[in-house]
Amino acid sequence: MITGIPQSRAFKWSYRAYVTLFFIYLALPLATVCAFAFNDSVFPSLPWEGFTLDWFFGTDAPYIGVFHESPILRSLVTSGVVAFWVSVLAVFVGTCNAFLFVRHEFRGKAILYVLMLLPLIIPGIILGISILVFSSTVANFLEDATGLWFDRLRPGLILVVLGQFSFITTFATLVISARLQKFDPSLEEAALNLGATHWGAVRAVTLPFLYPAMVAAGVVAVLMSFENFNTTLMLVGSDAPLTITMFDRLKLGSTPVLNAVSLLLIVVSALLGLASLLLQKRDD
Amino acid sequence: MATDRSKLAFWLLLAPCLIWLVTLIILPHVGMFLVSLREKVGVREYETSFANYAVFLNEPLYWNTFARTAYMSIAATILTLLIGFPISYYIAKLTRGRTKTTSFLMCLIPFWVSELVRTFGWMILLRETGVFSNFLQYLGLVNGPIEMLYNDAAIMTGLVYTSMLFMVVPLVTTLDSLDDSLIEAGYDLGASGFAILREIVIPHAMPGIVSGCIVVFMLSLGNYLTPILLGGKDSLWFTGLIYSQFITRFNWELGSAFGFLLLGLSSLIVFVGLKLTGQSLGKTMAQS
Repeated sequence: MITGIPQSRAFKWSYRAYVTLFFIYLALPLATVCAFAFNDSVFPSLPWEGFTLDWFFGTDAPYIGVFHESPILRSLVTSGVVAFWVSVLAVFVGTCNAFLFVRHEFRGKAILYVLMLLPLIIPGIILGISILVFSSTVANFLEDATGLWFDRLRPGLILVVLGQFSFITTFATLVISARLQKFDPSLEEAALNLGATHWGAVRAVTLPFLYPAMVAAGVVAVLMSFENFNTTLMLVGSDAPLTITMFDRLKLGSTPVLNAVSLLLIVVSALLGLASLLLQKRDD
Repeated sequence: MATDRSKLAFWLLLAPCLIWLVTLIILPHVGMFLVSLREKVGVREYETSFANYAVFLNEPLYWNTFARTAYMSIAATILTLLIGFPISYYIAKLTRGRTKTTSFLMCLIPFWVSELVRTFGWMILLRETGVFSNFLQYLGLVNGPIEMLYNDAAIMTGLVYTSMLFMVVPLVTTLDSLDDSLIEAGYDLGASGFAILREIVIPHAMPGIVSGCIVVFMLSLGNYLTPILLGGKDSLWFTGLIYSQFITRFNWELGSAFGFLLLGLSSLIVFVGLKLTGQSLGKTMAQS
């Protein structure tokens, strides 16, 4: 923090006002979404018709709350399943990648590292269409060759999981590598001196050290998977995850039930985000 | 014996990485490029040609949309930088302790929430029956409801909002590493605030500025939700064209060509940005 620099009072106050305005700008859309979840009106807009909890618990049409709205609940489950598989796969491959890039020296490492980072700079929608085109080509080829059906390579949940996994793995790799770099290899050597096998030493010493980062990467993966839209949009089949269902509703215009879902999403993602930060910060 | 085992371990670690990159990144993009070179000449008959790219060049709607997407994204990037820089400087240099952590967290939280929710918030604020319109009527500044949604300003607001974090985080990180005494020395030597900004702060923050700008530009270019929802039906965005070629028209050949053009533009900007400032992709990405 810089002190002792003369600045005019007017400048200081206008700077502070600007920062305040900025934080209002940040909070305003989210606060609005949350506020209208409690409006007793079928449109998420003014005028304010009074306070209600119907958009959460209501059962009578049109006041059907989130907890009784089966399409939304179903897509929430779909999102959960997708997020689970994406985070399991991403953490597994991310951990392998971390060991590969931190512990091993090999020819072509620099190129492989850049390739590993590439998914970050490919727009999500392009990742989606490229995987769509490729899997359809493979499916067509296999169907022509064998006469069987390969529906799993057609748009659907498996492709959604693969599409999200393709770029979330990069984030998992970066988070887990950062922690592995801080590991003191002499701890592992001590385990080896005491008669542990290579795999035993890694399992008993190194992996426990990595757990916080692995859990943090898993949480980040769940968050990213839940909110992903662009890649999912191109690969989705008949079972739509939550963001896609919400998008379809939003285009048609919807009741404040969407606000209620959003409010729940905001709360859960803020909590998950804070949890991942705490996990990454611990023992730093 | 030990080397055999570590070789085995190496190959076991390399395998998942290669499977991931080859089947989900490299082959799909090569495949997409090949599809973009296919010209449909009959039912299930194709010839290799640049016909799809020629369609792009010959149809003003397509390349106008492409150019519009590019310059709107550049404008969004510049705006995000201008708005975000003072905030980052404030967080990095003018606060400390708990205030600093809190204000940084307040910047982060909105971005853990789905982009869809954020855009929905702006729709409620800006639409004809929305909060701003009612507020202005309440103040008596306007007579009837006004529609603030479905124009370029609304798209710009949404894009800047959505990308702000990716500018603020790298900026705060680089500004944090600037030694305060350098700024104080500048003042002691009689420099004006503007001179210090130009001679000390900005040169030091350059890596953060570049990585922030690159990420924000890419995100804006590849954005689909914000232009579609805030810009309305007539608003043209290149990702919207790609979507309609793939899903509505089922013209995958042209859609792939569009996809490749977008990918090309985005990679070009990243490459030029990195070259101009002499940075590597790894370092830049690690910062953001």
